[in-house]
Amino acid sequence: MLDDATIQRTLAAALRTGGDFAEVFVEDKRSSSAMLDDGRVEELSSGRDRGAGIRVVVGETTGFAHTADLSEEGLRAAAEAAAAAARSGGGGVREVALTRREAPRPNDVAVLPETVAKGAKVELLRRADEAARSAGGAVRQVRARYGDSRRRILVANSEGVLAEDDQVRTLFVVSAVAVGDTGMQTGYESLGRTVGFELFDRYDVEQIARAAAERALTKLKARPAPSGTMPVVIGPGGGGVLFHEACGHGLEKDLVDKGASAFAGRLGEQVASPLVTLVDDGTMAEEWGCFAIDDEGTPARRNVLIEDGVLTDYMWDVLRSRKAGRAVSGNGRRQSYQHLPMVRMTNTYLVAGRDDPDDIVASTERGVYVASLGGGQVNTASGDFVFGMTEAYLIEDGRITEPLREGNLIGNGPKVLRDIDAVGNDFAMGKPGTCGKDGQGVPVGDGVPTLRVRALTVGGTAA
Amino acid sequence: MAGTRGGGAPAADAAPLEVADRVVAMARGDEQLEAYVVRSTETRVRVHGGDVEQLVVAGSVGVGVRVVRDGRQGFASCGTVDLDAVAEAVAEARDNAAHGEPDEAAGLPEPDGVEPRALDLWHPSYAEVPLGDKVALALELERAVVGGDPRITGVESCDYEDWRTEVAVCSTTGVRRAARETGGELVAWSLAGDGDDLQAGFGFSFGRSFDDLDVEAAARDAVERAVRMLGATKPPSGRLTVVLDPWVTAQLLGVVAEMLAGDEVVKGRSPFAGRVGEQVASPQVTLVEDPTDPRHWGASPVDAEGRATRRVPLVTAGVLDGFVHSTWTARRTGAEPTGSAVRSGHASTPVAGCRAVSLAPGGADPAELVAGVDDGVLVHDVSGLHSGVNPVSGDLSTGAEGRRIRNGEVAEPLREFTIASTLPRLLHDVVAVGSDLTWLPAGAAGVTLVVADVTVSGA
Repeated sequence: MLDDATIQRTLAAALRTGGDFAEVFVEDKRSSSAMLDDGRVEELSSGRDRGAGIRVVVGETTGFAHTADLSEEGLRAAAEAAAAAARSGGGGVREVALTRREAPRPNDVAVLPETVAKGAKVELLRRADEAARSAGGAVRQVRARYGDSRRRILVANSEGVLAEDDQVRTLFVVSAVAVGDTGMQTGYESLGRTVGFELFDRYDVEQIARAAAERALTKLKARPAPSGTMPVVIGPGGGGVLFHEACGHGLEKDLVDKGASAFAGRLGEQVASPLVTLVDDGTMAEEWGCFAIDDEGTPARRNVLIEDGVLTDYMWDVLRSRKAGRAVSGNGRRQSYQHLPMVRMTNTYLVAGRDDPDDIVASTERGVYVASLGGGQVNTASGDFVFGMTEAYLIEDGRITEPLREGNLIGNGPKVLRDIDAVGNDFAMGKPGTCGKDGQGVPVGDGVPTLRVRALTVGGTAA
Repeated sequence: MAGTRGGGAPAADAAPLEVADRVVAMARGDEQLEAYVVRSTETRVRVHGGDVEQLVVAGSVGVGVRVVRDGRQGFASCGTVDLDAVAEAVAEARDNAAHGEPDEAAGLPEPDGVEPRALDLWHPSYAEVPLGDKVALALELERAVVGGDPRITGVESCDYEDWRTEVAVCSTTGVRRAARETGGELVAWSLAGDGDDLQAGFGFSFGRSFDDLDVEAAARDAVERAVRMLGATKPPSGRLTVVLDPWVTAQLLGVVAEMLAGDEVVKGRSPFAGRVGEQVASPQVTLVEDPTDPRHWGASPVDAEGRATRRVPLVTAGVLDGFVHSTWTARRTGAEPTGSAVRSGHASTPVAGCRAVSLAPGGADPAELVAGVDDGVLVHDVSGLHSGVNPVSGDLSTGAEGRRIRNGEVAEPLREFTIASTLPRLLHDVVAVGSDLTWLPAGAAGVTLVVADVTVSGA
């Protein structure tokens, strides 16, 4: 993307007035999408964003500037602005010797998005629309969206790191509206992988569309969710967001360092039920949160955060690892070249246990079974978090019975981790997600086997 | 590369209107073309522990190109004003249009004779004030929060931010408009602790001009919101009257506004579709969208398609007046355009949406409203709106924190509970609207709202 000499001169400009650390992040991202709504292919859209973000660290202060001008003059101007922002005093010239770092790609990409005819993308939308509408006469509206992106990045820093990655993502989303006596209900299904158009050789868009439509149809018969505290069983692949919110954010070292996490100072302690082993893994092939290198040039890694209930590690970025004199964990990520990196999750999942999933349901007298969770939100200080249920059922006398309308569940992270009393042997990854933190969104994945939380508060309206 | 060059590259600092004109000049005779150009400059300071943690001074530009030909629309964008990149975007938008399906209502707006109102949204102060003063203000806020109460243990983040944004929309159909605004914010996320009990709060101050930023007000809120939650417990479940803090009301109004957008109505996804003239809310509820009121954070003289914005009554005394429309949704429904096209940035196409909604205030202040409640909950914050509120089905369930109301008095703090209803029902259950209309850095103004019969789920 840039030649080594230009990178070296840009880093030198960034460090010219002193500075403990400097970094150049170059990004060239192309994306395209196609949307069908209301029975019509509404629009195709394409975007290209290209630029560089430069940061300079002096003591505790990070200065940052970005530019869409990738000429050497443009880069130098940004480097000088970042250096000035970092209030650099001192002086001197530092030469940086760059070592190209080769990180293995989590998976290959067979068909790059830019080689695919637009007509082929549109065709997928039409097939999805037809399949969703044929799921039942009550399906009144269908929206299908195809999206792809190719993001090439280069990271170089004053420690000599030089690494590149080429990240491809393909996403297909269908949402359906069904209308019945009880009003309108929605159903949603998505498929996303870090591969190209070959994704659709392996998965049928019809199946995604039918799943969305059936979810909407099922909910037409749904009753209001109960209100109050009760056991909650989460189905395989349906609820990684539980861990993302219950403890994932609280294990991000930036929040820990600021005393904003309920998990601060608890390394080595039993923070969860012994059934809980939680992993964050940026190397998982094809999963939505995977990559070869993170946005600070660190190769992706598999990090065990909680093992048999004991807190084993936090997630780290370069600056915090550097300060602590420890290895980086590959969790430094950013939305684009216009943003500073932060500690972020990748693919976060609960390792499978030994319980038979059927037994978990059968041994629950009354509660809620959540087949699919929506988004969530956490207050990392108090540990209180919510997450939505987009497909859920009542459990009565150990059996899954009636469907429930949508609602949020609320719990307290540290307490919920201790209250997990069953973990199934049926692990599955969940849907592609976007995690938001401090105004930046990054792609993430999650997964869980069937599991039960002894007590969670279900936010419905029924007694 | 396809496309023509507009004759020499514009300087990187060319005004958006000038860039937009050059893009429109790339149109071919048989197509409509619209250029949407945004240029913004921002300063961000984050402080922690008395030090500057991050300092960002950055500018960015973006161009969005819409092409309509034979009733088909295509779109493309680029994050630069470099003319080669823009020409590539024009060619992409044109190619994308060829793959859409025709729609009679497609097409760019034509000038409708409505002149934009002159709004006072641009103040030079943010550009003039030295960086050092901005840093000093952020540091002062952190000191004020940390020193505000012995139970404050620190800040999770303490930020100063300002921006200057200029937008231009030009098209081959004769639209040629520009708008600009400045804004700035001070925001602190505070932490309060007492033994193992750790609670977070926030406080902010915002304004079009640097002088509007009020450190004391932001610090006071940040301290109070965190400290008052210490010792909070989970309430029992039941149906109660809830009193919503203006901050919470504004967030709920944001969801109601989504349901009143033309696109959702056209596509049969709004529970309010086909209900104009009906009683959809309590008679206490009068809701207006008014981007021409400069006190609104979302105020703007022109919309995202270059039409003049205007005041749009949405609900009057509980009766539905109508919806907000873009050019396309107005044509599709046969309604008058309302100048309500919005975009989330240069990389998105315009859709109908609200940017400045507010409820008509009532006669009682928040203290009087609380005094009228025997047994209820004062809700200070909600979470999980995106996961627990469905604007199509109307189902509503959010996480909440607040304080108990007993016999008309604010009592102990509460957390880890949800409030639930459906949005249509909640609008009918509004008992009173406060007199405390509060301008917020959001698309809706806040006001205290009293709602009866809401399900509180707790222990």
